[in-house]
Amino acid sequence: MSNNESMNRVRAGLARRYATERRFRMYGVLAILMSLFFLVLLFTTIIGNGYTAFLQTHIKLDITFDQALLDPSGKGDLAEISRTGDFNGVVKAALREAFPEVTKRGDRKSLYNLASGGAGFELRDMLMADPSLMGKTVSVWLTADDEIDMFMKGHIDRDVPEDDRRVKDLTIEWVDRLLAEDRLEKQFNTTFFTAGDSRDAEQSGIWGAAVGSFYTLIVTLLLSFPIGVAAAIYLEEFAPTNRFTDFIEVNINNLAAVPSIVFGLLGLAVFISFFGMPRSAPLVGGLVLTLMTLPTIIIASRAALKSVPPSIREAALGIGASKMQMVFHHVLPLAMPGMLTGAIIGMAQALGESAPLLMIGMVAFIVDIPGGVFDPSTVLPVQIYLWADSPERAFVERTSAAIMVLLAFLVVMNALAVMLRKRFEKRW
Amino acid sequence: MDIAMNTTEALMSPDSTDATSVHKPVRDAVGSPLLDATDARMTCRNVNVYYGEKHAIHDVSLDIGKNEVIAMIGPSGCGKSTFLRCLNRMNDTIEGCRVSGQIQIDDQDIYDKSIDVVPLRAQVGMVFQKPNPFPKSIFDNVAYGPRIHGLAGNRTDLDEIVETSLQKAGLWEEVKDRLDQPGTGLSGGQQQRLCIARAIAVSPEVILMDEPCSALDPIATARIEELIDELRSNFTIAIVTHSMQQAARVSQRTAYFHLGDLIEVGATEQIFTNPTHKLTEDYITGRFG
Repeated sequence: MSNNESMNRVRAGLARRYATERRFRMYGVLAILMSLFFLVLLFTTIIGNGYTAFLQTHIKLDITFDQALLDPSGKGDLAEISRTGDFNGVVKAALREAFPEVTKRGDRKSLYNLASGGAGFELRDMLMADPSLMGKTVSVWLTADDEIDMFMKGHIDRDVPEDDRRVKDLTIEWVDRLLAEDRLEKQFNTTFFTAGDSRDAEQSGIWGAAVGSFYTLIVTLLLSFPIGVAAAIYLEEFAPTNRFTDFIEVNINNLAAVPSIVFGLLGLAVFISFFGMPRSAPLVGGLVLTLMTLPTIIIASRAALKSVPPSIREAALGIGASKMQMVFHHVLPLAMPGMLTGAIIGMAQALGESAPLLMIGMVAFIVDIPGGVFDPSTVLPVQIYLWADSPERAFVERTSAAIMVLLAFLVVMNALAVMLRKRFEKRW
Repeated sequence: MDIAMNTTEALMSPDSTDATSVHKPVRDAVGSPLLDATDARMTCRNVNVYYGEKHAIHDVSLDIGKNEVIAMIGPSGCGKSTFLRCLNRMNDTIEGCRVSGQIQIDDQDIYDKSIDVVPLRAQVGMVFQKPNPFPKSIFDNVAYGPRIHGLAGNRTDLDEIVETSLQKAGLWEEVKDRLDQPGTGLSGGQQQRLCIARAIAVSPEVILMDEPCSALDPIATARIEELIDELRSNFTIAIVTHSMQQAARVSQRTAYFHLGDLIEVGATEQIFTNPTHKLTEDYITGRFG
């Protein structure tokens, strides 16, 4: 074949080659556009559903801290008042005063439902913080009931026939009056960020679950990172290559693929049933998630150790460093960014995990903010699951808001990972 | 220059044409003048190295003389680097590598069970093919060895060790104002001199150099070669090189390896001008390799 002929053949094929390349690039762009589209869809749905949860309707009432209701014995003992005082009675009295024309028993009941069932607790906390309020009358913004809130946010349509509507005509009339008097408005929902779970949607918050997640992840991190890194260092640097270590390696890789609920069952059987650890506690949750995260961390850490150039190891050994010194002075610092990335990926996985935690009772309804790793608590994804399961309309937006909080958690963790990586990264 | 001319002559010489594969390694005469340096620092007898099933080095006997530079040359894969790495047991790190025979320093077999590799490697230092400074400051690079071996009592001692090592490596003037800068930021030749400074900071007796100039440009190479010559007064140096000119320039004795056999060893001048073995002659005249 002459030179000329072969050049002609090359030219003839060129168009086809470039077409293939263009086609391939187009597939890539399409794939990226698709994923962007789904991402945007996801975020608009979540944010669109959830952003209203950050606002909460409040109702302004003239509250009289009536001693007859709160402290009938007149002893002024705060602990006693806190326990037995009829704070809800105070709220009801204030509502009666605001709408003196409502006298029918059934109507009064609907009237009382304007304020949240937890409004009494808000007043109790106010009085406990400032006992001098006793006997005085003050204007207070109280949390409104979740159905009023939903109505205010437009989730309940007033054009729907009354029988099909959760909020009745009478109540709408009151709401309009309160609005006209500037006694009803949407305020920033601090409760959502400070409270634990509640049966009343308007009183429920994410903080309990966030704290539970925090404790669980702390336990997970404290256990899985040192154990994972130590295991990786041993396997990669010290362990002899034989059937036993091969067996261990295969098993670690397999463990990474075990469905997480299996780890939950294991935790239930071992930590709770056998060792008698407390149910629903972040400690057990952390232990279970440690089991789940370990393979991820070990695999990532081993990869990070493997990627350290052998020349650095030889340099250290060549001037008489012991193996331990070589690993801890030179190899580990270079492998650290990779290990941290692995750990954060593992932690992010653990943060989003709900299935194994259902098994060990972290799915319980818990109102109190956990104070430590032994207190019963729940975690963010389980809270999301619980709220998604609740029938009240107000929980729908809270579910989305909780997802946003979870995503924010994840973004913060990933940012931390990137930061740590940048910090530890050294060129060689 | 002399030697280079001689090499050219050898290339021209008519009787080096028939490349018979006679392949008789020099493995005779323990203590024969051929093997024995006048004042041996390390003595190797019947060293065999296996990588798993592969027999990489066959019965090599060689002495490394005190304050001499011995060059090991030979075609790729001839085992010269493998042999070099036996001398401070760097081969231990390679899985499946087995060494038999005797390598002695101070009348002690370094492969003896009682020998600890850590002090051995402090005594027999190594400089590698690719400059491999630690990703730390220049100071920390040189100070690392003295630190782990506890050679410096205090900071002043350590400063002094670092300074003298860098001076001996001919790097002091270039880096004295930026000792806290990363060693990886230096040029290739400077990095290699830093590695030499790092090796001599622990005051070894023997320095092994595994193709120390193969990644460097000719000017940096010339600097390192000069340095090797200067270091000879204080250290014993064994150097593996691919460049015959380099072997000719820096070494007093040269050993020629071929396919795991030590073919010939002798005074550098003799090897390059008047090799006794056919294979050596073919190699240095550029017939293969």
